[in-house]
Amino acid sequence: MQTDVTDIEQLSEKDRERLALTGLEVGMQNRCGSFFQVDQNVIQTTCGAEGVEMLPIKTALEKYDWVEDYYWNAVSRDKDKYTQYLAKQENPQGLVVIANEGVKVAMPLQACLFLRDEPVQHVHNLFIAREGSEINIISGCASSWQKEHGAHIGVTEIYVGKGAKVTSTMIHNWNPGISVFPRSAIIIEEDGTFLSNYVCMQPVNQVNMYPTARLVGKNAVARFSSIVVATPGSTLDLGSRAILGAEHTSAELVTRAITTGGTIISRGHILGEKDNTRGHIECKGLILKDGIIHAIPEIEGRVTGTELSHEAAVGKIARHEIEYLMARGLSEEEATATIIRGFLDVKISGLPAVLQAQIDAAIDKAESGF
Amino acid sequence: MLDISDLHVNVDGTEKLHDINLHIGQGETHILMGPNGSGKSTLLKAIMGFGGYTITSGSIIFKGQDITGMPIHERAHLGIGMMFQHPPTISGLKLGKLLAATSHLGEGAIEALAQAVNMEHFLARDTNVGFSGGEIKRSEVLQLKVQQPDFLMLDEPESGVDLENMSLMGKEIAGLLEKDVHIVNRRRSGLIITHTGYILDYLEADQGHVLIDGQIRCHGNPREILRVVKEKGYGECVRCKQM
Repeated sequence: MQTDVTDIEQLSEKDRERLALTGLEVGMQNRCGSFFQVDQNVIQTTCGAEGVEMLPIKTALEKYDWVEDYYWNAVSRDKDKYTQYLAKQENPQGLVVIANEGVKVAMPLQACLFLRDEPVQHVHNLFIAREGSEINIISGCASSWQKEHGAHIGVTEIYVGKGAKVTSTMIHNWNPGISVFPRSAIIIEEDGTFLSNYVCMQPVNQVNMYPTARLVGKNAVARFSSIVVATPGSTLDLGSRAILGAEHTSAELVTRAITTGGTIISRGHILGEKDNTRGHIECKGLILKDGIIHAIPEIEGRVTGTELSHEAAVGKIARHEIEYLMARGLSEEEATATIIRGFLDVKISGLPAVLQAQIDAAIDKAESGF
Repeated sequence: MLDISDLHVNVDGTEKLHDINLHIGQGETHILMGPNGSGKSTLLKAIMGFGGYTITSGSIIFKGQDITGMPIHERAHLGIGMMFQHPPTISGLKLGKLLAATSHLGEGAIEALAQAVNMEHFLARDTNVGFSGGEIKRSEVLQLKVQQPDFLMLDEPESGVDLENMSLMGKEIAGLLEKDVHIVNRRRSGLIITHTGYILDYLEADQGHVLIDGQIRCHGNPREILRVVKEKGYGECVRCKQM
């Protein structure tokens, strides 16, 4: 069934609430641009930021010849069956963001992908930040409250130019029967910075993703942080990889994982290929109810001048921490919630306040379920 | 304020405290001394109600209520507070947030209390994470200043504290115990574990107790007990009981 929605206002109150949780600001407060795709229909593309363009991918490919150079460049068409599925689509949908040289926009651009009527939603996004530019993108992905089964397949290719900075925040809000397969890759040039934040705290059938950042220019920096909760029936197979392919590059992969009965596989891989490179993986998992947290941190050094480390810990909340807070007057439930809130509080340096507020809101919403 | 009768406490299946009797009246401060491993911290933790400290017989009465089986937080609500010797680190939980969660004070009031113990720059830091010995003690004092307990248990307030911090700590603890209030009107009571007795440079204590092998061996004037222990060691207390 094809969607008949042509305007956000046509969505039910309940669906709009779900979208708000992923960061969609219908009124565009605190947003300087907006892209909204329902199933395969792009129903909104507006951008008020000077020097930044937001376009549906089809339009972008038609309008600029050079966009071809970025299309299926960071991600290979043949990577797996999901990329192959996307590559054979005649009508690709998705968002292209182009930030011109030196343009810095603090206010986030929002990209909203909503699965409503069709069995599969596919998107192909390109974020291109040219030399010295800075952009913040908040991607909210959700399914309609009445959507029982479906899949979302997405390819996102991100190009961080020389001295550019891209912050990508993705908040997922799916349903127990939805399966999600993002395939992302990032190329970071000299002095470029890429910050990724991923939040998934609501039930989903499965999320499977392993974005890879290739740091190809000197002094490039990549940071991935993930805050995830697996509820019963959810399988989150997540990870990120950073390839330190130039001198003085660094990467940090941070994960906070909680299971209340679901399965989390937290992967991470940092490959130190060049001298004067540093990388660190940190994965902390809390098992609140019997479930699985399987941390697989991998660090791979290939030269003497690379320094890589990892720490991973999985367990329950320490009893003496709960009792410490109880001695200050908090009940056991309050103490537990306070500690969990702290556990999930991964502050990312350089993250704009509005994005942090959005992440905090997603955590607050989920917290009531612990 | 606090009445402990015939208290026996087990830890990991072994009896650690035997037949403890202790009475602390309103406005009184008591000192608890004893060699390492004698059960001093165990007594404080049993009074606070921590898991793993099983009361096998006896009772703890606080403000006329039997709190022997009461959950920790209800004891805190009744007015029992504790300064931990080795508090846990809680990563992600900002000290400021912890203080806000455990009181009805506004941000401004908390900030002012923090300034008084030079902790205002720690409010945005994870609780106890990377704090030095002195900072941990100041953090504990700050938490108690926010909590305002009527009965204060301090587990070695001097340990790991330099002289300058000791002076600050001593004055703050004296304040928490209302040592500035006339003895007739003083409501707050305290039980302080000390090895060195330095805390007595900053406040007067009404009674001292010596705990050896899980038993209170003597009660008396705190300064006198301290002097005897300094001169003759705890061996004297062991012998004293055998006489």
